[in-house]
Amino acid sequence: MMELLWVIVAIPFASACVLAVLGSHLSHRVVTAWGVGSIGVSAAISMLVAADFVSAPPVGHAYTEFLWTWISIAGFQPHIGFYLDALSLVMILVVTFVSFWIHLYSVEFMRHDDGYSRFFAYMNLFVASMLTLLLADNLLLLYLGWEGVGLCSYLLIGFWYRDPANGLAARKAFIVTRVGDTAMLLGVFLLFTNLGTMQIQDLMHRASEQWAVGSPLAIAAALLLLAGAVGKSAQLPLQVWLPDAMAGPTPTSALIHAATMVTAGVYLIARTHGLFALAPVAQLTVAAVGAATLVLAGCSALTQHDIKRVLAYSTVSQIGYMFLALGVGAWSAAIFHFVTHAFFKALLFLGAGVIIEALHDEHSIFRMGGLRKELPVAFWTFLIGGCSLAGLPFITAGFYSKDLIIWGAWSAAQGHPGFWIVGMVGALLTSLYTFRVIFRVFFGPIQTPVGMHPGYAMTMPLVILAFCAIVGGAVKDHLLAFVQSTLPVMVEVHAAGMTETLSEVVAAFAFLIGLCVAYLFHLRKQSLAEQAVTNPAGRALHAWWCAGWGFDWLYDRVFVQPVLWLARSNKNDFIDTFYAGIARLTETLYRALQLTQTGLVRWYAAGLAVGSVLFLAIVVFS
Amino acid sequence: MFSLGLIGLLVRRDLIFVLMSLEVMLNAAGLAFVVAGSRWQQADGQIVFLFILAMAAAEVSVGLALVLQVYHRFKSLDVDALNEMRG
Repeated sequence: MMELLWVIVAIPFASACVLAVLGSHLSHRVVTAWGVGSIGVSAAISMLVAADFVSAPPVGHAYTEFLWTWISIAGFQPHIGFYLDALSLVMILVVTFVSFWIHLYSVEFMRHDDGYSRFFAYMNLFVASMLTLLLADNLLLLYLGWEGVGLCSYLLIGFWYRDPANGLAARKAFIVTRVGDTAMLLGVFLLFTNLGTMQIQDLMHRASEQWAVGSPLAIAAALLLLAGAVGKSAQLPLQVWLPDAMAGPTPTSALIHAATMVTAGVYLIARTHGLFALAPVAQLTVAAVGAATLVLAGCSALTQHDIKRVLAYSTVSQIGYMFLALGVGAWSAAIFHFVTHAFFKALLFLGAGVIIEALHDEHSIFRMGGLRKELPVAFWTFLIGGCSLAGLPFITAGFYSKDLIIWGAWSAAQGHPGFWIVGMVGALLTSLYTFRVIFRVFFGPIQTPVGMHPGYAMTMPLVILAFCAIVGGAVKDHLLAFVQSTLPVMVEVHAAGMTETLSEVVAAFAFLIGLCVAYLFHLRKQSLAEQAVTNPAGRALHAWWCAGWGFDWLYDRVFVQPVLWLARSNKNDFIDTFYAGIARLTETLYRALQLTQTGLVRWYAAGLAVGSVLFLAIVVFS
Repeated sequence: MFSLGLIGLLVRRDLIFVLMSLEVMLNAAGLAFVVAGSRWQQADGQIVFLFILAMAAAEVSVGLALVLQVYHRFKSLDVDALNEMRG
C-alpha cells in the first residue's frame, strides 16, 4: 500500500490542473466532483497508507519512495522523493482529513460565487503543495512545497480581487512571508555548502557528526531556518500578515490560515530537530519567540471586533504554544497540539463562516447576539470548538494538548518556570477571548436578524470536526508514542517544585477565571467592558492592542516609508538619462535622414549612380 | 552609351523617355558583354546578352503597364509630380 504514497500528492495536483485549464467550461456539478472528490480520494489513500504503516511498520519506522532525479549538475542531484515517517504521516492524515471536510463545506459556502472552479483549483493546488512540503525527503523539494503553499495563500487571500483592499492584504502576506523564505533559503544553502547534501535525514546525521553542540555554523543554520518558520507561521516579528489574511473566503482562512499552512513552520522545526538539538541557543530562541507571540497575540485577540480577526490572533497565539513546545524540547507535545488545533480551529472558522453568511456578511461581534436559538448547530459546535481552544478540563482535546505543553514548559530540557507562567497567562487570555466571542455572538439580545440557515454540506463538517475536537484528547497516549518513533522523547529534568497534576489544576483554574471574567464583562454587565474601554488608559491600551501592538505602524515607518522616499527621490532615474540620450540621438539622426527622402525618383537614381561610381572608384583605386 | 542612357534617365522627366533611357543602359551593358565575349573567345557573353534581352522585354511590358496605370491615376507622366512618397 505504501507505494501509493505519490498518488496522495498527485491526485490533488492533477485535479488542480484540470480545474485551472478546463474549469470555466465544466459544469458546477463536475467542478464539485473534481474539487471535493480528489481530496476525498487523497484522504482515503492516506488512511490506507497509515493503516499499512501502523500494522506493518517499515524498517527504521520510515519509508522512502524515490521517484526520479530532479536535477543533475556536477554532484548536485536533488531528486523528487517522498519520505514517510510517524511525523509526516500524522501531518498528512490531518491535512487531508481536515481539507476534505473544508472542501465539502466550501461547496455550499461558495455556491453562488463566480470563481467557483477557480476557488477549487487554488484549494486543490494548495493541498498538493502542502502534501509535497510534508512528504519531501530533501530540503529543495520541501522548499518547492513551501513556496507553493505561499503562492496559494496569496491567490486565495486576494480571491475576491475586485476589492483593492483584498489585493493589498494578499500582497502584504506574500511580501512578509517572503522575508522569512529568503532567510530560510539562505539556511538551506548554508547547510548544502557545508554538509554537501539536501536529503533531510542525511543532513541531520552529518550535522550531528561534523558539528559540535553550539558550533556557530549550526546556530546560524538553525536561526535561518527559524526565520523561515517564523514568517510562514506568523510568529514575532513577522506575524503582521495573518490578521489581514482574513480578507480571503472563510474556508480559506480555516484551511490555510488556521489548520494547515501556518503550521508548516512547526513542521519544519520538528523535521530538523537534529539541527536544533545542536544549537541550544537557537532552540531557546524558538521558545522565546513562541512565548512572546502567544501573549502578544492573546492580548490583541481580546480587543478585536471582527470575529475572524479574533480567530486569526488566536491562531497566532496557539502556534506560539507550538513554538514554545518545540523550543523547550517537548517535540511530540507540539505535534499533538497541531493535531488538536487543526480540528478545533478549522471548526471555529467554519462556524464563523456560517454565522457571517447567516448575518449577511456581518463581521463585528458587537452587532451579533442571541444566535443560540437561531443557529443551534453552529452554536453547539462553536461552543465545543471554543471550549477545546480554551481548554475545558478533561473533556476537550485542547485541554490535553495545551496542558502537555505548559507542563513541558516547566519540566522539559530547556524548560523554565518563566515559560510556565507565560503559558498560564496565555491560557487565561485564551479562555477570556474565546468566551468573549461566544457570549457576544450567541447570548444576549438578537441584534441582526438571521437571513439564512446553513445546509447539510455546511453543518456536517462542523459536526464531524466537533466530534474530533472532543475525542482528539483520547488518542493522546497512542499519538505521543507513535510520534516518538521519530521525534525525541521529552525528558522531564526540571520536575522539582511542580507536578503534572498540579499544573493541570492551575490551568483549569486559568480556564475558569477567564470564563468568569468574560461572563461578567460580556454578558452580565456589559457596562463594565465599556467602562474599561472608555477611561483614558484603557482606551489607549485598547487601541494599541487592537492595532496588533503597533507592529504595522512600526514597519511602515522603518521599512516602507524609507523605501517609498528613496523611490520618490529617484523618480527621474539617473541611469535612465543615458538611455534617454541614446533615444534622442537616434531621433535627431532620423530627422536629418528624413530630409533626403524627397519622393523624387530621379534624385534617387542620381544617388544610386553617384554611389556606384564612388564605390567603384574606391575598389579600383585602392 | 551607358552614360548617355544614365544622363537621359536623370534629365528627362517624361516616364516614357525614362523607360527608353533604361533600355539604352541595358543595351549598353549587353553590348559590353558581347564585346567582352568576342575579346576572350567565350560564348558566355552572347548567352548573357540573350538573358538580358528576355529580361528587358519582360521589364518593358511591366513598365509600360505601370505607365498606363500611372497615367490613369495622375493624368500625367511627369516623374517629379509623383512625389507622394516624400518622407
